[in-house]
Formats: sequence, C-alpha cells, structure tokens
Amino acid sequence: MALAGLFLSAFLVVHLSINLLLMADDGGKAFTAAASFMATNPFIRIAEVALFGGFLIHMLFGVGVSFRNRMSRPVRYQHKSRSETSPMSRYMVHTGIIVFIFLVLHFIDFYCIKIGLVAPPAGIERHDFYSRSMLLFSDKGYSGIYLICFLFLGFHLNHAIQAAFQTMGLNHSKYTMIIKALSTTYAVIVAGGFITIPFWFIFLR
Amino acid sequence: MNFTLKIWRQKNAADKGGLVTYTVGDISADSSFFEMLDQLNQLLIGKGEDPVSFDHDCREGICGTCSLYINGRPHGPLKGTTTCQLHMRSFRNGETIFVEPWRCGAFPVIKDLIVDRSAFDKIIQAGGYVSINSGGIPDANTIAVPKPNADAAFDAAACIGCGACVASCPNASATLFVAAKVSHLALLPQGRVEGERRVRKMVETMDHLGFGNCSNTYACEAECPKEITVANIARMNREFLAAKLFADKEKQVSFSL
Repeated sequence: MALAGLFLSAFLVVHLSINLLLMADDGGKAFTAAASFMATNPFIRIAEVALFGGFLIHMLFGVGVSFRNRMSRPVRYQHKSRSETSPMSRYMVHTGIIVFIFLVLHFIDFYCIKIGLVAPPAGIERHDFYSRSMLLFSDKGYSGIYLICFLFLGFHLNHAIQAAFQTMGLNHSKYTMIIKALSTTYAVIVAGGFITIPFWFIFLR
Repeated sequence: MNFTLKIWRQKNAADKGGLVTYTVGDISADSSFFEMLDQLNQLLIGKGEDPVSFDHDCREGICGTCSLYINGRPHGPLKGTTTCQLHMRSFRNGETIFVEPWRCGAFPVIKDLIVDRSAFDKIIQAGGYVSINSGGIPDANTIAVPKPNADAAFDAAACIGCGACVASCPNASATLFVAAKVSHLALLPQGRVEGERRVRKMVETMDHLGFGNCSNTYACEAECPKEITVANIARMNREFLAAKLFADKEKQVSFSL
C-alpha cells in the first residue's frame, strides 16, 4: 500500500503540472498539447495501466486493512479516545473514500467520455478536455466539490507520505523530521495547486 | 476529593457487561488511583456487593501488570507512567472518571477490568528469545557492542508488556510491543543470530492472533508508559522486509538419534 501510494503521489505531480496549464492565457493551447501528448505517447499509455493497477492495489489494501483493523476491536470503548495521534492519521480511510468519490466523478466526466462510454455535452468533442474542463469549472457547485475533495486529499497526503517511509522502515533520528516536513510541504503544494484552479475560475477569471 | 466513577462491570467473559456509576468521597489527593479503587472496593464489600476486579502487582511501574483505560487514555492522563503510578491529584475534584478494560479482540475480558493478555506470551513464545544458553555475564568488551546499539537495545528492552500500545491504537495493533522485542534482541550480537527467523515468526503470530495493523497513528508512542519510540517499528519493518525478501531458504535437516 505504501509503495502504491508513493507511486500515486508521483502521478499527482504530473497531473497537477498539466492542470495548471488550464490557467495559461493561451486559449487552452498548452493544455491541449500536454493532454494530447499524454493520450498518444506509448510510454504514457503503458504507465496508465500501471496507474490503474496502483489505484486498485492502494484502494483494495486500504479498505482490506481498515476492515481488519475494525474487526480487531469488536467491543469499542465507551469513552472517546484522548490519545494524541499524528494529525488526521485516524481518518485515512475516510479521507481516502472522499478522494475515491471524486475519482469516480472524474472518471465519468473525463475518462468515460474519452473512451465513448458517456456522451459528451452538446458542442464539445470527446477528446476536447480543455472545453470540458472550462464548462465544469464554470459550474460553482462542481468547483466547490472539487475544492473540498482536494482539501481532504491534502490531509490524506500530509500523513501518507511520511507514513509510507515509516512503513518501509525509513525512520532516522536526523532524517525523519525532514521527511515529515517534506511530506507536509508536498501535501500543501499538491492540494493547494489543485485548489488554486477552481479559485481562479470562480474569483479571478 | 470526591469523584463520580463510571466503571466497566462484567461478571465473566460471556457476560455482555456495562458501565456502572459509583461515587466516592473523602479521597486524599495523594492517594494512588488503585488506593482510591481499594477504598471503593471496601465500600462495596461493606455493602455485600461484588468488589471491582482489576489487575495490579508491583504498584511501582515496573511489572506491566496494571492496565485500565481511564478517560480515553491507557494508564490515565500522565505521560510515561503506568496506572499504579497515577495519583488522584491528577484529576479535578468532582470529576467524572471513566474506567474501562483494554479493548482488543485478542485481549478478551475475564472479569470487570481484567483482560487476558496471554496473546503477548504467545508472541514471545514464537521467537522473542535466544535459543541457546548465552551464559553468564561476559567480561566487559569480550563481545564488542557499539554504545548506540546498547542504548537503543536497552530502551527497547524497557517494554514491560502492559499492552497500552494495543489499548491506545485505533486499530488495536500490537506492533509497538513486537517491535520493541524484535529491536532489543536484533541490536545485540546474541540476538542478531536468529534475527530473520524471529521477526517473521513474531509478526506472523501477531497477525494470526487477530491484532490490527499499524497505520502509523503513533498513539502507541504517545501512551507507552516506558516511552518506547516508533523508530523501533521502522526497525522491525526493515528487519521484516529484509527477512522476507533477502533471507536464504532454511535448510531442512532431519536428525536421527
């Protein structure tokens, strides 16, 4: 789960870099070029299979482990726990489910349209991701959901990256503090980066 | 001082159990938590009622017998102490105090606040030892042990096996306990020899007994009365990964006498 999670974290950086091109003032030229590169490059096509595999492994292990963890305490405490824990670490499966819900919406909105399973909105060609994104972000409800989901992704990532290192046995008196700081920085940059886009659409555009 | 106590009462393992409310008064601020429970039990015995059962032995924080989940924290509100080292001055006068047993499927309740922690013994039996008699205390420096290793091994060996890590973990995981035992032996030359087999066997037994998995919440580290750190968990994970991925296949040797 840790390895799959780190792989997904690398993917997020690539996805964010392309999404940020949406804000370029060039009528979507740069974004469309990047999207068509991702859609046609053979290495990216192979990586996409690994990506789906990564998501599947991460989710199945995550849900499986959470289920087993719940089963290991059949009788719960009457008093709420007051033990100090790493921020949001108790809620990884909850934040993960919120991200999963977004992933389903995202899949329907883009991937299913791309492969022709869902009909695109009137006037938009099924490979035209730029116009599709513009239309979605112009809807304040969608932008709001997008914003909230990525906020939770940030909470998820903040704990996840440093936890993945700990799980793989990387804990060191000097470097763990640095890993924790980088983990938080990564979470703020990635979640903040994605959140900037609906903000830009709603308030600045 | 006066307190309202909400204590988990359960006749036996099969009983459903529930919280029962008691009030105690005229408690000295300097009495220990157990002395307060002793006073409550005297009252109950006087009324012909069944006293509250709880585990205790040394009452000085070294044996690991006492437990009690007090107001949402194993061993109560103080850091780095066991329940027997907790005094009533750590509570507000008139406070309502919830007292529950450790909760984990692998630690079934025997009666009231007493749980069966023999699952920990089974984990130790799976590999938490050195198979040969390593003899008496050797002359200093006969076997070279780096000072940082000796210190880290000693810190890990401070684990008293009380189970607070399991009680505090949102997943009821015994990872910190197993990690402490794996670490203290793996860091020393006598224990290093069986390191690979030990970590595999102990982790397999822990999983088999129904403890949860570690999700790195670090509640165990925050609640451990001996302040065992999660760096031991990372060491165990390294040991486990190395044992699973790189250890040679063990030769099957048959003996005949």
